[in-house]
Amino acid sequence: MISARIRGRWRGDVMIRSTASLNTKIRRELWQMRGQVLAIALVIAGGVGVCVMSLANYSSLMVTRADYYQQYRFADVFANLKRAPRSMVEKVAAIPGIERISARVEGAAKLEMPDFPEPVSARLVSLPPRGQPAVNQLYVRQGHLPRPGRSQEVAIIGSFANAHDLRPGDRFGAIIHGRRQVLTVTAVVESPEFIYTIPPGGMLPDYERYGVLWMSRESLEAAMDMKGAFNSLVLTVDRGASENSVIEAIDRLLDRYGVTGAFARSDQFSHRFLDDELSQLKTMATVFPAIFMTVAMFLLNVVINRLINTQRDIIAILKAFGYSNGQIGWHYSKLVLTIAVIGLFLGLLLGVWTGRAMGEMYMDYYRFPGLLFRMDPRWLLVLTAGTLGVAWLGGWQAIHKAASLPPAEAMRPEGPTRYRTGWVERILTPLRFSQPSRMIVRQLIRRPGRTVLSVMGVAMATGIVLVGNFQFDSVSLMVHQQFARVQQQDVTASFIEPRNASALYTLQQQPGVRYAEGRRVVSARLIHEHRQWRGSVTGMPEDARLQFVVDQKMRAVPLPTEGLLLTDFLARRLGVNVGDDVRVQFLEGKRKSMSMPVAGITSELVGVGAYARLDVLNRASGDGPVINQALLNLDPDARARVYRELREAPGVLGISIRQAMLDSFYDTLAKTFLTFTFFNSLLGGVIAFGVMYNTIRISLAEKGRELASLRVLGYTHNEVSHILLGEMAIIVAVGIPLGWLIGQGLARLIVGALETELYRVPLTITGQTLGVSATVVIVSALVSGLVAWWRLRNLDLIAVLKTRE
Amino acid sequence: MDASAVFRTRGLTKVYHQGDVEVHALRGVDLDLFPGELVVMLGASGSGKSTLLNILGGLDVPTSGDVFYLDTDLSHASEAELTAFRREHVGFVFQFYNLIPSLTARENVAAVTEIASDPMTPEAALSMVGLEPRMDHFPAQLSGGEQQRVAIARAIAKRPRVLLCDEPTGALDSATGVLVLEALDKANRETGTTTVIITHNAAIAAMADRVITVSDGRISGETRNDQRQDPGTLAW
Repeated sequence: MISARIRGRWRGDVMIRSTASLNTKIRRELWQMRGQVLAIALVIAGGVGVCVMSLANYSSLMVTRADYYQQYRFADVFANLKRAPRSMVEKVAAIPGIERISARVEGAAKLEMPDFPEPVSARLVSLPPRGQPAVNQLYVRQGHLPRPGRSQEVAIIGSFANAHDLRPGDRFGAIIHGRRQVLTVTAVVESPEFIYTIPPGGMLPDYERYGVLWMSRESLEAAMDMKGAFNSLVLTVDRGASENSVIEAIDRLLDRYGVTGAFARSDQFSHRFLDDELSQLKTMATVFPAIFMTVAMFLLNVVINRLINTQRDIIAILKAFGYSNGQIGWHYSKLVLTIAVIGLFLGLLLGVWTGRAMGEMYMDYYRFPGLLFRMDPRWLLVLTAGTLGVAWLGGWQAIHKAASLPPAEAMRPEGPTRYRTGWVERILTPLRFSQPSRMIVRQLIRRPGRTVLSVMGVAMATGIVLVGNFQFDSVSLMVHQQFARVQQQDVTASFIEPRNASALYTLQQQPGVRYAEGRRVVSARLIHEHRQWRGSVTGMPEDARLQFVVDQKMRAVPLPTEGLLLTDFLARRLGVNVGDDVRVQFLEGKRKSMSMPVAGITSELVGVGAYARLDVLNRASGDGPVINQALLNLDPDARARVYRELREAPGVLGISIRQAMLDSFYDTLAKTFLTFTFFNSLLGGVIAFGVMYNTIRISLAEKGRELASLRVLGYTHNEVSHILLGEMAIIVAVGIPLGWLIGQGLARLIVGALETELYRVPLTITGQTLGVSATVVIVSALVSGLVAWWRLRNLDLIAVLKTRE
Repeated sequence: MDASAVFRTRGLTKVYHQGDVEVHALRGVDLDLFPGELVVMLGASGSGKSTLLNILGGLDVPTSGDVFYLDTDLSHASEAELTAFRREHVGFVFQFYNLIPSLTARENVAAVTEIASDPMTPEAALSMVGLEPRMDHFPAQLSGGEQQRVAIARAIAKRPRVLLCDEPTGALDSATGVLVLEALDKANRETGTTTVIITHNAAIAAMADRVITVSDGRISGETRNDQRQDPGTLAW
């Protein structure tokens, strides 16, 4: 009894001491293979980094927006009408379910910005006599809100202030309702209602030519001839109240005041686009990390498996010493987990850093008052558990294999690996191989599993870099198609009111105008079954020459003699096909409502819409031959003059300029999109390097003895390098094209997931992108190869010959 | 000093630094090896015999002293010169064979003949060690003794001036070891290659022309056998 206890204690003592020495072993080995450890850690860090970056970015933006909406009381329901007396506000407020309400006057203005000759338009919104409105409050960045009785004072939206470098105290001229006034900026503000602002006739934001201005109600009422009346309602509903019943009640109550149909937040312009963008971001935040993590985990599994395999004899010796399988398993688990933890830690740092950098950029872009940097701790737990789990699993297979070998067998010099002449080689017989080349071919063929894994590793690395890069081409193609093929006008001018089509001839006659085309855009609601979309129907001339609708192959789609064409994205959203009927409710003019057939589907890449022939639309809406937009092609030399004339023309609400749209696209959307992409390809590159470096280092570890033998036999350093690097070269050469295929598949997945109402990115992969992805992998391989070459140079021939594998 | 010696060493020392400890592996070795002779170098492990062999074979350089291969000074040779020396003039046989597992017996030999200037054919080399029938087998398909004989064929195929064997029977049982020694003996007789076999197994000494004993980094004894004994009669 006693002796058993003593023995137990003695054994326990040994175990503790030996564990301590094993820990030392781990420490030293980690240090000794620090290059490889770092490379594996980088693979993990790349995957974790993308996850953290995307998730933190997405959740931060969601939280920030939610907080912004709540703090500044963003409306749940919106309604625009022609004109209603202020007395109606109380009646509306009495509708059950309404929490807060704010009745406003809205209008449009043309601005004359100093040193900016082009036409600039603005939306005007009234502010209550005192303090902030009850709904859609303003975040004051600078200055103070306009005071009642000061008719010239305005608050301007931050994006516009930035574009024109305006500060409180600055002044500019404005034409409101045909009267010219000089306005003084008192505040630079932001509003949850106008996070996205797109000028009339435009498809993308243009902060130079379109702004939002707030004035005191008193001043705006006077300027717009709206004394004692309002034309816009914004309101929040009680928690739990039905938005739809509130909307229906408002529509009933305000019908005779020309309400264009109250709508919920989900149809509000800025919110809708922001939502679209965030859901795009969410897709990126889930699809990218999923791809990256899968690839990283696969590679992690491969490299760790091979790493453990190189320690096979040490495992046997430990077993011979009397270590149990459990102890050995735990020992190597610690080795693997330490590497994983290093990678995880690096990845977290990298992800938080890039996530924060991107958050700051989005801040600039969306103009939220402040970024709330958030990351759901549950995600961190999942990431940590996932990473450690996969790393451990990858190691476990190899450890298990090594530990299950009887120690005596593993301690004997390992029998040569079984090779034989394979069919591949027989096919290649006509080629005369040197023995080193034969070694390369046989090694590749004899371990098909390992070869496939190595090739897959290279392929995945290539694919991941490609996925990070292809989007630039795709975005460029989209912009090119939109602005070179679909939308060929230099300028789009929007009129305040619909005009007779003859107005076009007047424009056409102006010097400097080469060609003019009239269009009509009518706000409308499209309804099919339970789905609806609030937007507009565009009427285009039959012989349109400037702007077309196109199919998937970018060919112009002819306008039908009756019915509508719908963008594919919209058709899918409404769940309609060619031949189905949709209900069209026009929201202006006679506000007619009718059923129209879907005559065809179009595939523009930017924006979505419903299109009809101009005369078909005018007939349907019950109006005569009118237009409210003119598309112009200008003489390049006469641009300034035409801009000036449009700016002064009383009927013109605003213009949008093609070049400006392009610039703004690259400045805003493309910038955020491509920054995300840049970080992705950066992290993809990190992964690619980690993979290549590991593959070569492990290969070196596996073949060191063989190569040393050849060196002893008189092979030169370069001749043995050929064997090691030649094998690598073949793996890279096969892996890269495969990676291109994989990358293309992943890219297709991403493109499909990124469709939004604002734009759809087409899938295109240029030679340059293929080249970049191949280059990243090849450069990684070369750098890693150089390290291996250098290591081979310093191979200790005697030591390698004395020790067994 | 005999001008016809293939190898000539004078005052050869080798000091290793293992951490802070200096290990004197060789402490002044004077040695001549002559054309065609078969020398067995006996010594306990750690006596310095492997170090000496490595220096002769151009795998290592001495700390001080001279080592000449014919007229070539190996003690001051560059890495590239040593590689060329090994490639042209030295054949190695090791305790653990060091065959390339992915090449057949014939190809393993060809790996060396391809880079040598006047080799015999791989087939001839393999038939000299009695392995012609198993030429197209991979190392994994050969016994330990057969693998070692392939290693010998590989070593002699380039017609080296010297054949250096480090414990060639160390990993083999007695009967198989004898077969390997017979192959070495035959190769030595038929090609006239100066052959050095280092071993701690004194029973092997009887097959040599000359037996050199190494202990503690020095040559402690040298005897000449009047007659080389046929390896087939050896046993241990």
